[in-house]
Amino acid sequence: MESAALSGMEIVPWLAYAWAGLLAIAVYIYVVLDGFDLGLGILYPFFPEKRDRDLLMNTVAPVWDGNETWLVLGGGGLLAAFPMAYAILMPALYMPIIFMLLALVFRGVAFEFRWRTKRWLKYWDAAFIGGSIVAAFSQGIALGALLQGVVVDGRSYAGGWWDWLTPFSVLCGVAVVAGYALLGATWLIMKTDGDVQSRARKLGVIFGLATIGFIGAVSLATPFLDVDYYSRWFQTPGLFVTIPMPIIIGAISITMLASLRTHNHEYRPFILSLLLFAMCFVGLGISMFPNIIPPDVSILDAATPFRSQIFMFVGACVLIPLILGYTAFAYWVFRGKVDPDEGYH
Amino acid sequence: MLIMMFEGFDAIILARIQFAFTVAFHFIFPAFTIGLASYLAVLNGLYMWKKDETYLRLFKFWIKIFAVTFAMGVVSGITMAYQFGTNWSVFSDRAGPVIGPLMAYEVLTAFFLEAGFLGIMLFGRDRVGPKLHMFACLMVAFGTALSATWILSVNSWMHTPQGHIIGENGQFLPVNWLEIIFNPSFPYRLSHTLTASYLTTAFIVGGVGAWHLLKGRKDNPGVKTMFSMAMWMIAFTAPLQIFLGDLHGLNTLEHQPVKVMAMEGHYESHPDGAPLCLFGIPDDGAQELKHAVCIPKVSSLILKHDLNAPMDGLDTIPDEDQPPVAIVFWSFRIMVGIGFIMLGVALLGLWTRFRGKLYDSKLLHRAMLIMGPSGLVAVLAGWITTEVGRQPYTVHGLMRTSESASPLDAPAVGASLLAFIVVYFFVFGAGVFYILRLMKKPPQADEQGLSSSSEGPIRTSGITPAQQVQRQTEMDEVKE
Repeated sequence: MESAALSGMEIVPWLAYAWAGLLAIAVYIYVVLDGFDLGLGILYPFFPEKRDRDLLMNTVAPVWDGNETWLVLGGGGLLAAFPMAYAILMPALYMPIIFMLLALVFRGVAFEFRWRTKRWLKYWDAAFIGGSIVAAFSQGIALGALLQGVVVDGRSYAGGWWDWLTPFSVLCGVAVVAGYALLGATWLIMKTDGDVQSRARKLGVIFGLATIGFIGAVSLATPFLDVDYYSRWFQTPGLFVTIPMPIIIGAISITMLASLRTHNHEYRPFILSLLLFAMCFVGLGISMFPNIIPPDVSILDAATPFRSQIFMFVGACVLIPLILGYTAFAYWVFRGKVDPDEGYH
Repeated sequence: MLIMMFEGFDAIILARIQFAFTVAFHFIFPAFTIGLASYLAVLNGLYMWKKDETYLRLFKFWIKIFAVTFAMGVVSGITMAYQFGTNWSVFSDRAGPVIGPLMAYEVLTAFFLEAGFLGIMLFGRDRVGPKLHMFACLMVAFGTALSATWILSVNSWMHTPQGHIIGENGQFLPVNWLEIIFNPSFPYRLSHTLTASYLTTAFIVGGVGAWHLLKGRKDNPGVKTMFSMAMWMIAFTAPLQIFLGDLHGLNTLEHQPVKVMAMEGHYESHPDGAPLCLFGIPDDGAQELKHAVCIPKVSSLILKHDLNAPMDGLDTIPDEDQPPVAIVFWSFRIMVGIGFIMLGVALLGLWTRFRGKLYDSKLLHRAMLIMGPSGLVAVLAGWITTEVGRQPYTVHGLMRTSESASPLDAPAVGASLLAFIVVYFFVFGAGVFYILRLMKKPPQADEQGLSSSSEGPIRTSGITPAQQVQRQTEMDEVKE
């Protein structure tokens, strides 16, 4: 065959796994970054006053679209390195993805539109709330639908267009909404003070408890979805991870809940909630590896040949640190508390 | 159920409509923001150089419009990252190894650059100082152009594919990245599209200036400056664009002759010089251009630089390999027509400037006002010409549109299409309304930007448009 004769046309495992790791990191960064700004939208109903709402939005206005760019990288990166997985997942998760995209339209434009009108302010606030909740819920649904397994025939999706909707995927959807609200609350503790901060602490405790409960529920349900998950978690060597995992998550949870109530802890709750999300990601990784789409499509099945993956990989290794650098710079420029009162004097 | 009404439709047609709709809507925003980002960088640079407050005022005037447009570009763009998979999953799987990395490079080099520096550009002038703020403006402008470069490379590869092989599993596999990126139609498409974006922006800026001049605001230095700058830009880019379009057309003739046949309405071959048809009703069924109004041999003159050069027609192409001629034929005429009217306005602008009547000529101002949004129409028409002209293929000559679609049922695609149409018209309609309202007010001496006023210490509270903009908005709405 001509293609076999050309070098660079084979699939190289280390590169495929490195790509999978890179994508997982990109998705994690997306989840925590957009997580806190979607979280603010979810928390909006608890801050009915316009002054507080302005403040909440101001804490993320300079950075939100950088945060959402990681979602574009997630989609684009999947297409680049694992086009077969992208081609299967998009039709499989068709409805949740469309809902998510439309929801992101509403909440994204709300950032700009709500400053441009008084008459329509309440509608754009509603768009911001609704958009944030639906986007978070859809992302959770998509995660659940992926975890519970996707019907594949050859290189295409072969299930129905309601397969994504199950009690498990709904559970994941609610879990993500709660988790993003937690991230939003801990972000607010960091970026505000006074009354808004103390309310954020209370909301942090409520959504923190909810998030921990949902993590427990999803973790308990996952091993029973599919035989593979059970064996990965409850047989050696997986068992060595299974035993410490709840202990670590429990320790982080308790520290975080205590920190939320500690008056002078302003950064710690946010960092601990990031850690909590990181542990969830490790857990998901253990459940899914070596598959990219459970139960049948492995990372190697979906990978593109060396020449395609390496081209992008080299670039990503140079560019992602650079991106993190200037993103950090932008956050640093807008560091510190956002004070609601100054503009009113 | 309502969505069941889509049962009778063809899922591929619906997917095509959905993709065309979402990408066309998206295209409008970057077509404006690519040019506007550069214009803002120029204004900011001129302000730093000449210390003339007028430029700062204009910067603050246009940056509010830029922020709203950019947000709409971002959210409609996120949709596009997923539309490839939701509508064209088979295409994504097969072409992914080639186009995926290029699109990922677009995200990594361009989207992050824009988004990373946008916050500083919008809100950070007082926090980072003028030099770093200028740098942020340049990075945003550079990012928008770089993004166009990558995505047009992808698009061009779909028109003139090279540098790949087709693997055993049917995937297009990259062999030579330089050949893929710099495929034959890429330089022409890139220069034609970027120039289109600058021209589009110049007409919008000039149109806004013309509106204020017609309202008698000749004494407002901001109005005069924006109008004058726009007219200079048009004077250079309108003729340049026609020249680049001609080159692009010749490149298309070389690599995609069938598209040119459709653009020209040439169903028949012309062995001794092909006519230029100004008007006609293309009829694919009868394979003839009805009611044609043609100038003999001129098409051969334009395309081959020889009155008697023979040109093949669609009669040499099997029916199933032809694009739908009417759409290509008409969208091409709309684009070219607008291009020549733009040239006319550019010449009128030069003439009135030469006579010293630039700020007095009602004729020029009315023409500019009417032509304000014409660039957007031309951009869409041109894009329809090239995309529909590639049909029935997604990857020219190699992969058909009919084999590219996702395995979805018509009701699913139809329902989401309906949702996109409703949401986009509503949301982006509101956005356009807000933009027009911003344009309606002339730039003021105390023009408020998005950043905090510079009095007092640098403080975080001033980082957003919040209070000032809202106070202004309230005043506007009371006035209405």
